[in-house]
Amino acid sequence: MSAALIIDIILWGSVAAVGLIALRRSPAVLTSSLREGALDFINIVPRVALGVIGSGFIAAVIPQEIITGWLGPDSGWLGVLTAVIAGAATPGGPVIGFSVGAVALKSGGGAPQVVAYVIAWALFAFQRLLLWEIPFMPARFVWFRAAVSLPFPFVAAAIAMAVGRP
Amino acid sequence: MIVIAVLVAVSVVLVWRRDGISGVSEILLGDLALFGGILPRVLAGCLLGAFIAEILPHEKVARSLGPNSGLKGLLIGTAFGAILPGGPFTAYPVASALLTVGADFGATIAMVVSWTLIGYGRAVAWELPILGTDFRLWRLLISLPLPVLAGALGRFVYVRMYPKGDEP
Repeated sequence: MSAALIIDIILWGSVAAVGLIALRRSPAVLTSSLREGALDFINIVPRVALGVIGSGFIAAVIPQEIITGWLGPDSGWLGVLTAVIAGAATPGGPVIGFSVGAVALKSGGGAPQVVAYVIAWALFAFQRLLLWEIPFMPARFVWFRAAVSLPFPFVAAAIAMAVGRP
Repeated sequence: MIVIAVLVAVSVVLVWRRDGISGVSEILLGDLALFGGILPRVLAGCLLGAFIAEILPHEKVARSLGPNSGLKGLLIGTAFGAILPGGPFTAYPVASALLTVGADFGATIAMVVSWTLIGYGRAVAWELPILGTDFRLWRLLISLPLPVLAGALGRFVYVRMYPKGDEP
Protein backbone atom coordinates (compact mmCIF):
# COMPACT_ATOMS: atom_id res chain seq x y z
CA MET A 1 0.00 0.00 0.00
CA SER A 2 2.74 2.45 0.93
CA ALA A 3 4.60 1.52 -2.25
CA ALA A 4 1.51 2.42 -4.26
CA LEU A 5 1.32 5.71 -2.37
CA ILE A 6 4.94 6.55 -3.22
CA ILE A 7 4.27 5.78 -6.87
CA ASP A 8 1.21 8.03 -6.80
CA ILE A 9 3.22 10.85 -5.28
CA ILE A 10 5.97 10.51 -7.92
CA LEU A 11 3.34 10.32 -10.64
CA TRP A 12 1.44 13.43 -9.62
CA GLY A 13 4.71 15.17 -8.81
CA SER A 14 5.80 14.58 -12.40
CA VAL A 15 2.47 15.90 -13.68
CA ALA A 16 2.88 19.01 -11.53
CA ALA A 17 6.47 19.47 -12.69
CA VAL A 18 5.69 19.30 -16.41
CA GLY A 19 2.57 21.42 -15.79
CA LEU A 20 4.77 24.07 -14.21
CA ILE A 21 7.10 24.01 -17.19
CA ALA A 22 4.08 24.44 -19.47
CA LEU A 23 2.79 27.32 -17.35
CA ARG A 24 6.17 29.07 -17.46
CA ARG A 25 6.13 28.81 -21.21
CA SER A 26 2.71 30.46 -21.28
CA PRO A 27 -0.70 30.00 -19.64
CA ALA A 28 -2.15 29.20 -23.07
CA VAL A 29 0.15 26.18 -23.36
CA LEU A 30 -1.00 25.01 -19.93
CA THR A 31 -4.71 25.29 -20.70
CA SER A 32 -4.42 23.69 -24.13
CA SER A 33 -2.50 20.69 -22.74
CA LEU A 34 -4.97 20.39 -19.88
CA ARG A 35 -7.83 20.31 -22.37
CA GLU A 36 -5.97 17.79 -24.55
CA GLY A 37 -5.23 15.53 -21.57
CA ALA A 38 -8.78 15.74 -20.27
CA LEU A 39 -10.19 14.81 -23.70
CA ASP A 40 -7.86 11.79 -23.90
CA PHE A 41 -9.03 10.81 -20.43
CA ILE A 42 -12.71 11.00 -21.36
CA ASN A 43 -12.09 8.96 -24.50
CA ILE A 44 -10.16 6.29 -22.66
CA VAL A 45 -12.27 5.82 -19.54
CA PRO A 46 -14.95 3.58 -21.14
CA ARG A 47 -12.27 1.27 -22.53
CA VAL A 48 -10.45 1.14 -19.24
CA ALA A 49 -13.74 0.39 -17.50
CA LEU A 50 -14.41 -2.51 -19.83
CA GLY A 51 -10.84 -3.74 -19.48
CA VAL A 52 -10.54 -3.59 -15.72
CA ILE A 53 -14.02 -4.80 -14.91
CA GLY A 54 -13.88 -7.45 -17.62
CA SER A 55 -10.43 -8.81 -16.84
CA GLY A 56 -11.52 -10.15 -13.47
CA PHE A 57 -14.15 -12.28 -15.17
CA ILE A 58 -11.83 -13.51 -17.90
CA ALA A 59 -9.19 -14.39 -15.32
CA ALA A 60 -11.77 -16.23 -13.24
CA VAL A 61 -12.72 -18.42 -16.18
CA ILE A 62 -9.16 -19.53 -17.02
CA PRO A 63 -7.89 -21.60 -14.10
CA GLN A 64 -4.34 -20.85 -13.03
CA GLU A 65 -3.50 -24.53 -12.52
CA ILE A 66 -3.77 -25.15 -16.25
CA ILE A 67 -1.21 -22.46 -16.99
CA THR A 68 1.22 -23.63 -14.33
CA GLY A 69 0.86 -27.22 -15.48
CA TRP A 70 2.24 -26.23 -18.86
CA LEU A 71 5.41 -24.75 -17.41
CA GLY A 72 6.54 -28.17 -16.19
CA PRO A 73 9.79 -28.77 -14.29
CA ASP A 74 12.98 -28.94 -16.38
CA SER A 75 11.03 -29.07 -19.61
CA GLY A 76 13.83 -27.56 -21.71
CA TRP A 77 13.12 -25.51 -24.81
CA LEU A 78 9.71 -27.07 -25.32
CA GLY A 79 8.87 -25.85 -21.82
CA VAL A 80 10.17 -22.39 -22.74
CA LEU A 81 7.96 -22.36 -25.82
CA THR A 82 4.87 -23.37 -23.85
CA ALA A 83 5.82 -20.81 -21.20
CA VAL A 84 5.91 -18.09 -23.84
CA ILE A 85 2.52 -19.11 -25.23
CA ALA A 86 1.09 -19.34 -21.72
CA GLY A 87 2.51 -15.90 -20.91
CA ALA A 88 0.89 -14.39 -23.97
CA ALA A 89 -2.41 -16.05 -23.11
CA THR A 90 -2.48 -15.13 -19.41
CA PRO A 91 -5.21 -12.59 -18.78
CA GLY A 92 -5.58 -10.12 -15.95
CA GLY A 93 -3.52 -7.53 -14.17
CA PRO A 94 -0.07 -7.69 -12.58
CA VAL A 95 -1.24 -9.92 -9.75
CA ILE A 96 -2.20 -12.78 -12.03
CA GLY A 97 1.00 -13.03 -14.08
CA PHE A 98 3.37 -12.79 -11.13
CA SER A 99 1.24 -15.14 -9.01
CA VAL A 100 1.25 -17.78 -11.73
CA GLY A 101 5.03 -17.38 -11.95
CA ALA A 102 5.34 -17.76 -8.18
CA VAL A 103 3.14 -20.87 -8.15
CA ALA A 104 5.16 -22.35 -11.00
CA LEU A 105 8.44 -21.68 -9.18
CA LYS A 106 7.14 -23.25 -5.97
CA SER A 107 5.73 -26.26 -7.73
CA GLY A 108 9.10 -27.02 -9.30
CA GLY A 109 8.94 -25.18 -12.60
CA GLY A 110 12.35 -24.54 -14.18
CA ALA A 111 13.74 -21.04 -13.59
CA PRO A 112 14.40 -20.32 -17.31
CA GLN A 113 10.84 -21.37 -18.10
CA VAL A 114 9.43 -19.11 -15.39
CA VAL A 115 11.59 -16.21 -16.61
CA ALA A 116 10.37 -16.81 -20.16
CA TYR A 117 6.82 -16.90 -18.87
CA VAL A 118 7.07 -13.68 -16.85
CA ILE A 119 8.84 -11.83 -19.66
CA ALA A 120 6.47 -13.05 -22.37
CA TRP A 121 3.57 -12.02 -20.19
CA ALA A 122 5.13 -8.62 -19.53
CA LEU A 123 5.94 -8.03 -23.20
CA PHE A 124 2.88 -9.20 -25.06
CA ALA A 125 0.09 -10.58 -22.90
CA PHE A 126 -2.64 -10.61 -25.49
CA GLN A 127 -5.33 -9.14 -23.32
CA ARG A 128 -3.11 -6.23 -22.33
CA LEU A 129 -2.28 -5.46 -25.94
CA LEU A 130 -5.99 -5.26 -26.73
CA LEU A 131 -7.20 -3.49 -23.60
CA TRP A 132 -4.34 -1.18 -22.74
CA GLU A 133 -2.04 -0.57 -25.63
CA ILE A 134 -4.44 -0.30 -28.57
CA PRO A 135 -6.64 2.34 -26.90
CA PHE A 136 -3.65 4.55 -26.08
CA MET A 137 -1.34 4.12 -29.04
CA PRO A 138 -1.45 3.77 -32.82
CA ALA A 139 -2.47 0.15 -33.52
CA ARG A 140 0.30 -0.19 -36.08
CA PHE A 141 2.91 0.58 -33.46
CA VAL A 142 1.39 -1.91 -31.01
CA TRP A 143 1.44 -4.85 -33.44
CA PHE A 144 4.88 -3.90 -34.67
CA ARG A 145 6.23 -3.78 -31.12
CA ALA A 146 4.62 -7.10 -30.19
CA ALA A 147 6.09 -8.76 -33.29
CA VAL A 148 9.54 -7.36 -32.59
CA SER A 149 9.30 -8.51 -28.96
CA LEU A 150 8.62 -12.15 -29.89
CA PRO A 151 12.21 -13.43 -29.72
CA PHE A 152 13.05 -11.87 -26.39
CA PRO A 153 11.49 -14.31 -23.91
CA PHE A 154 13.62 -16.95 -25.66
CA VAL A 155 16.70 -14.74 -25.42
CA ALA A 156 16.01 -14.25 -21.72
CA ALA A 157 15.57 -17.99 -21.21
CA ALA A 158 18.87 -18.61 -23.01
CA ILE A 159 20.64 -16.08 -20.78
CA ALA A 160 18.97 -17.66 -17.76
CA MET A 161 20.20 -21.11 -18.78
CA ALA A 162 23.71 -19.76 -19.35
CA VAL A 163 23.87 -17.79 -16.11
CA GLY A 164 22.18 -20.39 -13.94
CA ARG A 165 20.02 -19.84 -10.93
CA PRO A 166 21.11 -17.34 -8.28
CA MET B 1 -13.77 -3.24 -28.37
CA ILE B 2 -16.65 -5.44 -29.55
CA VAL B 3 -14.51 -8.58 -29.43
CA ILE B 4 -13.51 -7.79 -25.88
CA ALA B 5 -17.05 -6.97 -24.84
CA VAL B 6 -18.24 -10.33 -26.18
CA LEU B 7 -15.35 -12.11 -24.46
CA VAL B 8 -16.23 -10.43 -21.17
CA ALA B 9 -19.92 -11.22 -21.58
CA VAL B 10 -19.17 -14.91 -22.20
CA SER B 11 -16.87 -14.98 -19.16
CA VAL B 12 -19.55 -13.40 -17.00
CA VAL B 13 -22.04 -16.06 -18.05
CA LEU B 14 -19.50 -18.82 -17.37
CA VAL B 15 -18.74 -17.44 -13.91
CA TRP B 16 -22.46 -17.06 -13.25
CA ARG B 17 -23.19 -20.68 -14.24
CA ARG B 18 -20.30 -21.94 -12.11
CA ASP B 19 -20.53 -19.77 -8.99
CA GLY B 20 -23.99 -18.26 -9.18
CA ILE B 21 -24.88 -14.63 -8.72
CA SER B 22 -22.67 -14.24 -5.63
CA GLY B 23 -19.58 -15.20 -7.64
CA VAL B 24 -20.42 -12.61 -10.27
CA SER B 25 -21.06 -9.82 -7.77
CA GLU B 26 -17.89 -10.66 -5.83
CA ILE B 27 -15.70 -10.25 -8.92
CA LEU B 28 -17.67 -7.21 -10.03
CA LEU B 29 -17.19 -5.44 -6.70
CA GLY B 30 -13.47 -6.24 -6.64
CA ASP B 31 -13.01 -4.95 -10.17
CA LEU B 32 -15.07 -1.83 -9.49
CA ALA B 33 -12.83 -1.04 -6.51
CA LEU B 34 -9.76 -1.54 -8.69
CA PHE B 35 -11.27 0.65 -11.39
CA GLY B 36 -11.99 3.42 -8.90
CA GLY B 37 -8.45 3.13 -7.59
CA ILE B 38 -6.73 3.50 -10.95
CA LEU B 39 -9.01 6.17 -12.40
CA PRO B 40 -6.99 9.07 -10.91
CA ARG B 41 -3.81 7.49 -12.30
CA VAL B 42 -5.34 7.22 -15.74
CA LEU B 43 -6.05 10.94 -15.54
CA ALA B 44 -2.49 11.63 -14.39
CA GLY B 45 -1.15 9.56 -17.29
CA CYS B 46 -3.25 11.40 -19.86
CA LEU B 47 -2.18 14.78 -18.48
CA LEU B 48 1.46 13.72 -18.39
CA GLY B 49 1.27 12.58 -22.01
CA ALA B 50 -0.43 15.80 -23.10
CA PHE B 51 2.09 18.00 -21.29
CA ILE B 52 5.04 16.07 -22.65
CA ALA B 53 3.70 16.32 -26.19
CA GLU B 54 3.26 20.05 -25.68
CA ILE B 55 6.49 21.08 -23.95
CA LEU B 56 9.13 18.79 -25.45
CA PRO B 57 10.94 20.57 -28.29
CA HIS B 58 10.16 18.50 -31.37
CA GLU B 59 13.50 18.98 -33.13
CA LYS B 60 15.40 17.97 -30.03
CA VAL B 61 13.33 14.82 -29.54
CA ALA B 62 13.66 13.98 -33.22
CA ARG B 63 17.40 14.35 -32.92
CA SER B 64 17.92 12.40 -29.68
CA LEU B 65 15.20 9.76 -30.15
CA GLY B 66 14.60 9.82 -33.90
CA PRO B 67 15.58 7.30 -36.59
CA ASN B 68 19.16 8.55 -36.69
CA SER B 69 19.73 8.70 -32.96
CA GLY B 70 21.73 5.46 -32.94
CA LEU B 71 22.53 3.52 -29.81
CA LYS B 72 22.27 6.67 -27.73
CA GLY B 73 18.60 7.09 -28.64
CA LEU B 74 17.88 3.50 -27.63
CA LEU B 75 19.71 3.99 -24.33
CA ILE B 76 17.79 7.21 -23.62
CA GLY B 77 14.53 5.41 -24.38
CA THR B 78 15.51 2.57 -22.07
CA ALA B 79 16.48 4.90 -19.23
CA PHE B 80 13.30 6.89 -19.66
CA GLY B 81 11.14 3.76 -19.55
CA ALA B 82 12.94 2.53 -16.45
CA ILE B 83 12.31 5.69 -14.44
CA LEU B 84 8.81 6.47 -15.73
CA PRO B 85 6.39 6.35 -12.81
CA GLY B 86 2.98 4.68 -12.88
CA GLY B 87 1.36 1.82 -14.73
CA PRO B 88 0.11 1.21 -18.26
CA PHE B 89 -2.12 4.25 -17.89
CA THR B 90 1.05 6.40 -17.77
CA ALA B 91 3.45 4.54 -19.99
CA TYR B 92 1.23 4.19 -23.06
CA PRO B 93 0.01 7.80 -23.30
CA VAL B 94 3.60 9.00 -22.82
CA ALA B 95 4.90 6.57 -25.46
CA SER B 96 2.19 7.76 -27.80
CA ALA B 97 3.20 11.37 -27.11
CA LEU B 98 6.84 10.55 -27.88
CA LEU B 99 5.81 9.09 -31.24
CA THR B 100 3.92 12.25 -32.14
CA VAL B 101 6.82 14.55 -31.25
CA GLY B 102 9.34 12.72 -33.40
CA ALA B 103 10.71 9.66 -31.65
CA ASP B 104 11.04 6.69 -33.99
CA PHE B 105 9.60 3.19 -33.48
CA GLY B 106 12.96 1.87 -32.25
CA ALA B 107 13.42 4.31 -29.37
CA THR B 108 9.75 4.08 -28.41
CA ILE B 109 9.93 0.28 -28.40
CA ALA B 110 13.01 0.50 -26.16
CA MET B 111 11.02 2.76 -23.83
CA VAL B 112 7.92 0.56 -23.65
CA VAL B 113 9.91 -2.66 -23.27
CA SER B 114 12.12 -1.09 -20.63
CA TRP B 115 9.08 0.15 -18.75
CA THR B 116 7.45 -3.26 -18.79
CA LEU B 117 10.59 -5.29 -17.97
CA ILE B 118 12.73 -2.99 -15.82
CA GLY B 119 10.36 -0.27 -14.55
CA TYR B 120 10.33 -0.15 -10.81
CA GLY B 121 6.65 0.72 -10.46
CA ARG B 122 5.51 -2.80 -11.04
CA ALA B 123 8.45 -4.37 -9.32
CA VAL B 124 7.93 -2.59 -6.04
CA ALA B 125 4.18 -2.99 -5.99
CA TRP B 126 3.78 -6.53 -7.31
CA GLU B 127 6.79 -8.57 -8.28
CA LEU B 128 8.88 -8.15 -5.12
CA PRO B 129 6.15 -9.23 -2.70
CA ILE B 130 4.85 -12.04 -4.91
CA LEU B 131 7.97 -13.56 -6.43
CA GLY B 132 10.59 -12.53 -3.88
CA THR B 133 13.69 -10.34 -4.01
CA ASP B 134 16.13 -12.98 -5.27
CA PHE B 135 14.08 -13.89 -8.30
CA ARG B 136 13.29 -10.29 -9.08
CA LEU B 137 16.96 -9.19 -9.03
CA TRP B 138 18.01 -12.20 -11.05
CA ARG B 139 15.29 -11.54 -13.62
CA LEU B 140 16.16 -7.84 -13.69
CA LEU B 141 19.77 -8.66 -14.52
CA ILE B 142 18.69 -10.91 -17.37
CA SER B 143 16.25 -8.27 -18.64
CA LEU B 144 18.72 -5.37 -18.69
CA PRO B 145 19.97 -5.79 -22.28
CA LEU B 146 16.55 -6.62 -23.75
CA PRO B 147 15.06 -3.11 -24.29
CA VAL B 148 18.05 -1.96 -26.31
CA LEU B 149 18.05 -5.20 -28.32
CA ALA B 150 14.30 -4.92 -28.95
CA GLY B 151 14.64 -1.30 -30.00
CA ALA B 152 17.53 -2.12 -32.33
CA LEU B 153 15.59 -4.99 -33.88
CA GLY B 154 12.55 -2.74 -34.24
CA ARG B 155 14.59 -0.12 -36.03
CA PHE B 156 16.25 -2.73 -38.24
CA VAL B 157 12.89 -4.22 -39.30
CA TYR B 158 11.17 -0.85 -39.62
CA VAL B 159 13.72 0.55 -42.03
CA ARG B 160 13.25 -2.51 -44.23
CA MET B 161 9.47 -2.52 -44.00
CA TYR B 162 9.10 1.18 -44.75
CA PRO B 163 12.20 2.05 -46.77
CA LYS B 164 10.72 5.33 -47.94
CA GLY B 165 10.44 6.57 -44.39
CA ASP B 166 6.64 6.59 -44.13
CA GLU B 167 5.41 8.38 -41.08
CA PRO B 168 3.94 6.08 -38.41
